[in-house]
Amino acid sequence: MAAPYDLNDDSVVVVIGSGAGGGTLGNELAQKGIDTVILEAGGRHEAEDFINDEWGSFGQLAWLDKRTTSGDWRVAKDFSGLPAWIVKAVGGSTTHWAGASLRFQPHEWKAKTTYGDVEGASLLDWPIDAEEMAPYYSKAEDKMGVTNTHGIPPLPGNNNYKVFEAGAKKLGYKQVHTGNMAINSQDRDGRTYCQQSGFCFQGCKFSAKWSTLYAEIPKGEATGKLEVRANAHVLQIQHGDDGKVTGVLYADADGNQHVQKARVVAVAGNSIESPRLLLNSASSMFSDGLANSSGMVGKNYMRHMTASVYASFDKPVNFYRGTTMAGIIQDESVHDPSRGFVGGYEMETLALGVPFMAAFLNPGAWGRQFAAAMDTYDHMAGMWIVGEDMPQESNAVSLSEEKDQYGLPAPNVHFSDHANDVAMRNHAWKQGMAVYDAVGATQTYPTPPYPSTHNLGTNRMSADAKDGVVNKWGQTHDIANLFVSDGSQFTTGAAENPTLTIVSLAIRQADYIAEQMGQKAI
Amino acid sequence: MMTNDKAGGVNRRDFLATSGKTAIGAAMVVGAGTLLLPTQGWGMELKALKPETMATMIQMARDIYPHDHIGDKFYAKAMRAHDDGAADDAEKLAMLENGIADLDKRAGENGYLGLGWEEDRVAILHDIEDSGFFQAMRGSLVVGLYNQKALWPLFGYEGASAHKGGYIERGFDDIEWV
Ligand SMILES: Cc1cc2nc3c(=O)[nH]c(=O)nc-3n(C[C@H](O)[C@H](O)[C@H](O)COP(=O)(O)OP(=O)(O)OC[C@H]3O[C@@H](n4cnc5c(N)ncnc54)[C@H](O)[C@@H]3O)c2cc1C
Ligand code: SF4
Repeated sequence: MAAPYDLNDDSVVVVIGSGAGGGTLGNELAQKGIDTVILEAGGRHEAEDFINDEWGSFGQLAWLDKRTTSGDWRVAKDFSGLPAWIVKAVGGSTTHWAGASLRFQPHEWKAKTTYGDVEGASLLDWPIDAEEMAPYYSKAEDKMGVTNTHGIPPLPGNNNYKVFEAGAKKLGYKQVHTGNMAINSQDRDGRTYCQQSGFCFQGCKFSAKWSTLYAEIPKGEATGKLEVRANAHVLQIQHGDDGKVTGVLYADADGNQHVQKARVVAVAGNSIESPRLLLNSASSMFSDGLANSSGMVGKNYMRHMTASVYASFDKPVNFYRGTTMAGIIQDESVHDPSRGFVGGYEMETLALGVPFMAAFLNPGAWGRQFAAAMDTYDHMAGMWIVGEDMPQESNAVSLSEEKDQYGLPAPNVHFSDHANDVAMRNHAWKQGMAVYDAVGATQTYPTPPYPSTHNLGTNRMSADAKDGVVNKWGQTHDIANLFVSDGSQFTTGAAENPTLTIVSLAIRQADYIAEQMGQKAI
Repeated sequence: MMTNDKAGGVNRRDFLATSGKTAIGAAMVVGAGTLLLPTQGWGMELKALKPETMATMIQMARDIYPHDHIGDKFYAKAMRAHDDGAADDAEKLAMLENGIADLDKRAGENGYLGLGWEEDRVAILHDIEDSGFFQAMRGSLVVGLYNQKALWPLFGYEGASAHKGGYIERGFDDIEWV
């Protein structure tokens, strides 16, 4: 068969979501000649439609459906309806993402073994390791055109990077560079190189930054084996009497409901929607939700230990010019418990425009101190801090009392920091401020976490079916033809930005699905 | 760059010298539903709120995010959305009118605008900062003020850049001081 596919075609693989996980998986399957339908809740906005305007772009691309929050994280107070910054559009959050593409460090695949028992943390080792992942990382880096890999030159440093690098070197940091970025530093893969426009978070109008929207999906479509159905919001995964999944119920742009039959279903809706969908698909056979015999669907929600540091200088920086995040200090990413916490963190350059700076510098703050900081906007430099957070069973995505536009329970996102997260953040704030103080900052601002951009762990991978939701292939322990293909598979979060790992896992999963289909095992 | 008063400040004496109209703070009421910002060359027709209320709201907005190099019209534009919202929402209208009346009451005889020092007005705002009224004002202002494109250059932010080819030829790495 060839795309487009009939609703009753039960030979297709249905992938839910077209972001880092789903978009990659869909293309990889199509390249192998497997009939694939991606159902994507959001619309299709091509690169030329992107908007160089922070709130305008947010309105165009962000997931704004009903969500609720709880827990003691500050996001629950400052942004109670917006726990996460995730995209609802073809390409998923790879439209908004900054492109930082780092491999896990070998020990991070084995967090439990490396860190030992950490009180209150539900640590687990991944059932895979660095050696097994190395060839997939390599394929992903090549596919995404990651700088400083495969002979791809680094990006040039922008003004924000110059300040960051100078401070880092003064402080004695050694591993400082413009990053491993999935952003073209030269023409590659039919896409141009970075024009330093400064709007990576708003979708790259030049397609210089890798996104499934234009770097994966069109290639899959060109095979005739991939159909991407936009504005198709999956409401429920259905199953038969044998406990195998049979298809999905979705709503189209007009709210009309359809069932797309399927041989295999892969869930890649990001770590809030994926567990919600499994929970909302509860049936008399699976009363706690699909693939939830462990009770772990939605549990162990991770968001990375994050924070930012901004600093003002007596001279202009104009940090909003150029790539949003091309700069990294890696010296603190090691596991060195003498710092008072397990795991490590990365420091990465970050710039926001005036609208987002006002909203996120110190949410809720007002008065002269805040205004004075804003007055120095073009004299500011900034960095984001991202480190490993501890999985905790009580941090969870669950079904809220509130309903979404389809009358289905909305997700509630509950999060409280672990003591290790707090200790790491305090350390990172101190070091980040020291970087800028070293080059003469007149003020530094320790900025709290934003709504989560890295959402992980809610369908975690485990060797033992009682500890998690999926096995080492992302296949659910309970249902052989149901897969999870996004960041919700993460057993632990590591210090690195997650997308390279999500893409590597999707490439690997495509091989496995093809093999299993070939063997008629699924 | 920030030290230039590019927007034109408000000179209090300008309007105090104007006769025949009621001056409130930096603004002036002309007729029943019109508020003028004489030094800014800007005014607005109000749909629902009393002009006096709007004038106080503009001062309150400035006290929340005090940028001395930013003219009143930017605060006024941000506050205008409240008037639009209040036009068909009686509850909202009441919240705003009552909120401002409460501020005036707390300020004493000459009302909120009668307090000459920002410090004294801010002390009152601190007392009400957890109220729904204050939160609605601040929450809308953080977007309504800082999302005005005309205001961005006053902060040295250049806004959209793709149509100009990004900054690759326009100074993405032009600082020399580090
Ligand atoms: C501003 C920003 C910057 C970032 N920068 C980086 C970075 O530099 N490096 C990095 O590694 N990561 C970064 N990230 C994170 C990165 O974008 C995510 O980790 C990654 O995209 C997650 O992939 P995913 O497949 O899990 O989900 P997504 O990419 O979010 O895709 C999920 C898709 O599923 C769709 N969907 C959800 N539910 C349904 C449903 N029921 N039916 C149909 N479709 C559905 C959504 O609409 C969405 O398109 C950033 C994120 C943001 C927001
Ligand atoms: S800075 Fe570069 S990668 Fe980022 S949006 Fe602009 S052109 Fe694209």
